[in-house]
Amino acid sequence: MAKEVELICTACPQGCTLTAVIENGEVIEVRGYNCKKGIDYGIAEITDPRRMVATTVKVKNGFHPLVPVYTDKPVPKPLIPKVLEEVRKVELTAPVKINTVVLENVLNTGVNVITSRDLPAKE
Amino acid sequence: MQEQYDYIIIGGGVVGCMVARWLSRYEGKILLIDKAADIGMGVSSANTAIVHAGYDPLPGTLKAYMNVKANSMWDQLAGELNFPFERRGDYVVAIGDDELPIVDKLMQQGKQNGVPGMVMLSGAEVRRREKNINPEVSGALWASTGGICDPFQVTIAAAENAVMNGVTILLDTAFEDFIMEGKRIIGIKTNRGDFLSRWVVNSAGLYSDEVMHKAGIRPEFKITPRKGEYFIFDRAEITIDNVLFPVPSAKGKGILVTTTLHENTIIGPNANEIEDKEDTSTTKEGLDEVAAGALKLVPTLNLRYSIANFAGIRPTGNAPCKTPGINYKSDFIIEIPEEVEGFVNLGGIESPGLTSAPAIAAEVVDMLRDAGEKLIEKKEWDPIRPARPRFRNMSHKDRQLLVNMDPRYGQVICRCENITEGEIIAEIHSPVPARTYDAIKRRTWLGTGRCQGGFDMPRVVNILSRELGISPLEVTKRGKGSEFLFRETKEVEE
Amino acid sequence: MALKNIYDVVVVGSGPGGVAAAIEAKKNGADDVLIIERDYELGGILVQCIHNGFGLELLKEDLPGPAYAQRFIEEMLSLGVEYLLNTMVLDITPNRHLFVSSREHGYVEIEARAIVLAMGCRERTRPQIRIPGMRPNGVFTAGTAQRWVNVEGYMPAKDVVILGSGDIGMIMARRLTFEGAKVERVLEIQSYLSGLSRNLVQCLQDYNIPLQLNHTVKRIMGKNRVEAVEAVQVDDKWNFIPGTEEIIPCDTLLLSVGLIPENELSRKAGVKLDPITGGPYVDETFQTNVPGIFAAGNVVHVYDLVDWVSEAGFEAGKRAAQYAISLRNAESRYIPLKAGKNVRYVVPHKLDKSTLAQEDIRLQMRVTRPIEQPVWIEVHDGENLITRKPEKYVRPGEMVTVILKTKNYTDVSKANSLTIDINPR
Repeated sequence: MAKEVELICTACPQGCTLTAVIENGEVIEVRGYNCKKGIDYGIAEITDPRRMVATTVKVKNGFHPLVPVYTDKPVPKPLIPKVLEEVRKVELTAPVKINTVVLENVLNTGVNVITSRDLPAKE
Repeated sequence: MQEQYDYIIIGGGVVGCMVARWLSRYEGKILLIDKAADIGMGVSSANTAIVHAGYDPLPGTLKAYMNVKANSMWDQLAGELNFPFERRGDYVVAIGDDELPIVDKLMQQGKQNGVPGMVMLSGAEVRRREKNINPEVSGALWASTGGICDPFQVTIAAAENAVMNGVTILLDTAFEDFIMEGKRIIGIKTNRGDFLSRWVVNSAGLYSDEVMHKAGIRPEFKITPRKGEYFIFDRAEITIDNVLFPVPSAKGKGILVTTTLHENTIIGPNANEIEDKEDTSTTKEGLDEVAAGALKLVPTLNLRYSIANFAGIRPTGNAPCKTPGINYKSDFIIEIPEEVEGFVNLGGIESPGLTSAPAIAAEVVDMLRDAGEKLIEKKEWDPIRPARPRFRNMSHKDRQLLVNMDPRYGQVICRCENITEGEIIAEIHSPVPARTYDAIKRRTWLGTGRCQGGFDMPRVVNILSRELGISPLEVTKRGKGSEFLFRETKEVEE
Repeated sequence: MALKNIYDVVVVGSGPGGVAAAIEAKKNGADDVLIIERDYELGGILVQCIHNGFGLELLKEDLPGPAYAQRFIEEMLSLGVEYLLNTMVLDITPNRHLFVSSREHGYVEIEARAIVLAMGCRERTRPQIRIPGMRPNGVFTAGTAQRWVNVEGYMPAKDVVILGSGDIGMIMARRLTFEGAKVERVLEIQSYLSGLSRNLVQCLQDYNIPLQLNHTVKRIMGKNRVEAVEAVQVDDKWNFIPGTEEIIPCDTLLLSVGLIPENELSRKAGVKLDPITGGPYVDETFQTNVPGIFAAGNVVHVYDLVDWVSEAGFEAGKRAAQYAISLRNAESRYIPLKAGKNVRYVVPHKLDKSTLAQEDIRLQMRVTRPIEQPVWIEVHDGENLITRKPEKYVRPGEMVTVILKTKNYTDVSKANSLTIDINPR
């Protein structure tokens, strides 16, 4: 019994509508793609959906109270709430540099959470 | 807490603040209370800002008398209190020949009321003076003594002058009941304690009926709130330079198209009875009604250029006119009633209330004197309330001088209206301090432009937090319960 | 930082459009480039756009807004572009004088040979879409809320309804959810999604936030703070469908109902605006109808990818530099003529050196006092004598003339100024 699931591809801003055909938990066909990224996305979204996560982290004595951070690779979708929880526990101290690793290999995903910008200390 | 005053004024709208200012000239301890977080948050902040010439009220009514008497006081008052005021003159415009007799009748009424400087204009002359007018204009009454003001600036200026001259203003203080000794009022109960006083003045606007009932006065008097809705337009897109009235109807003066002292064009108000005195909501039907009504005067008005809309509520009373033979059912109440002692009763002060405010204040003083009060003039009474700098109205040269003198005036906070940090700080530390976002908005005109506060809000919250020494979480829009922020981003609630 | 009287290129706004313009202006030969920013730091709107999706086309990377901004800002600063922070441009004249105000520098006038307008957009407001009802606190545009959550560090919302399925609205739906708020609903008045479909997936579907197309807010309730909104379904003409009303309790209504190019300054400068885009009419070099005034980025029209904003900025900046250089070249052809010893005044006051290459130039002057003996009328450049003319006498009542000849061109072309002295022979 093949099941058909409609997806919107998010690999690039085009947002092509894909149809993934699933049988026995495996994606046997992807239709509607306009480039190879679409096929990869279709398969991944069903078997192992992942997302880039961007949020903020508390900073002591900073020009702003928060510094934005993001995952350097997409993380498994079901882990997002736990990733956010881990990030919430962190407090950095200014000055902070861009691309600083805030959480290494977060939740053993092989993904690092890094800062998106420099943040100088409060004047 | 039982402080003893000579005069307590209930209600810090334009009337209450004018009374406070007039009374502050004489020896005596004066307290003004208002239940809101700022003065003037009721009727006084939401009206058409017109200083009426006085042809509209029925001859013989107190409204007519106070309107005309007060109108000529405004020049001196504006000079003393330094608020913006201009005599533009108003037009009552007749569209089509059928309306000409109504306008004519209005002029006769004006003459009866003693209104000077009125002229009948031909349709052609009106078209010459106002190029946007409906081409079917048949004529207009032009009343040269009509003026425009900023009603909140008037209120705050009077309040500040009163404070400068010794009046105490307590906000967030709501009247609950009178303290009586037999037939004499000796004080009031409020949510912040009891206050004793020889006299109490009722200037509670929409709630003037409820206040006077607590003293057992005029149980049949009732305030029926009547809502009026308005649109404000982008000054870069719409410039009407005149004050344009349609011919009046039974409902009232009608839907105006008028300029304001901020150079915005404003249209409104309609007039619809409502149940709830606090219902300042705008309605789709009401706004549509205002838009349609305005098109009668200026058919080319395009609603897409409106940048704001709001509603005000008229405190329409049902007190009959005292003059024998005059059949008018909604006159002002301005009296010292006989039934109780120590009470000055002002009720039903709707339009022309703003215009009449200085005359009402003067009348209160006269009534007190007639009632036996020894009013001794304070030698040090200062009628002048100094103006504060308004960056956006200043020339390049003056701006340079201002900023050199105080660099905080160099920091522009409201991008659309060019309001500076220096001005905001000045208002927070003024005699009647601005403590909320709306209080600053009313005083400086910040946040009223095209972006409606989109840029300035976070900054104003920070400035209020810093200047008042409170957390940004405590900063409000219009008093307790209207805070902007719930918590810090990283504090999660359990 | 001391302000100069005149800059080659002044850029208004340090968002992606402005920074790109400043970079290319410098790379294309502009000497003095100044970028003016009203906020506490450079970056414009990117400072608060902490989500990914920036740089996919231009950098082939998937960056958050601040990282994208920092990349270009670092390049801009390394090229020597000057900048002003906390500075508001209040007025621009058609002849390219800017009036700016800041705490640090006060209220000053700055002249620019070329200007690039890069002020971006403001957000459409509640009154512009005329939502009736009470006017409590808690009705915010998505951008203002974003500023609070991401930069100021405060949550302006607990329980949110979002009006508008534009990208900002959907991004904020996810952002607020990440920080512990509850997004009840996203309402969209059109029958189609307003923003990118990827955001539908990543911001709404991922978090089970319901989207209702063909819906809008009929009324806002609450006196001091929003207590609820009344949602309603609409037909294809946006009329309310009776009976479809639903009261949704919430404490915040976020508006994501459109961006409007912010062109108040452009208007003051005499720039003509297209009523459809809301931005200036521009040619392929992004020059507006006012010579020397260019515009780039969202201030021209609303972009969906920042990469294209940078591209537009590059073009505008390059062209602005070219314009400035051509002006400068024209200016440097001119040198002043100064009245020296015993000369009261000289006319002309300045001359275009290149004219002298083609034709003689007549100098006319009057002396301060009479000298009733032979004199030399001498024209020099401060060091070298260029030409001189003998006169038997000079009197204030009689105008004196000296002719600079084309043969003097070579000497004059090296001079920064010319002085005329009268010395006894």
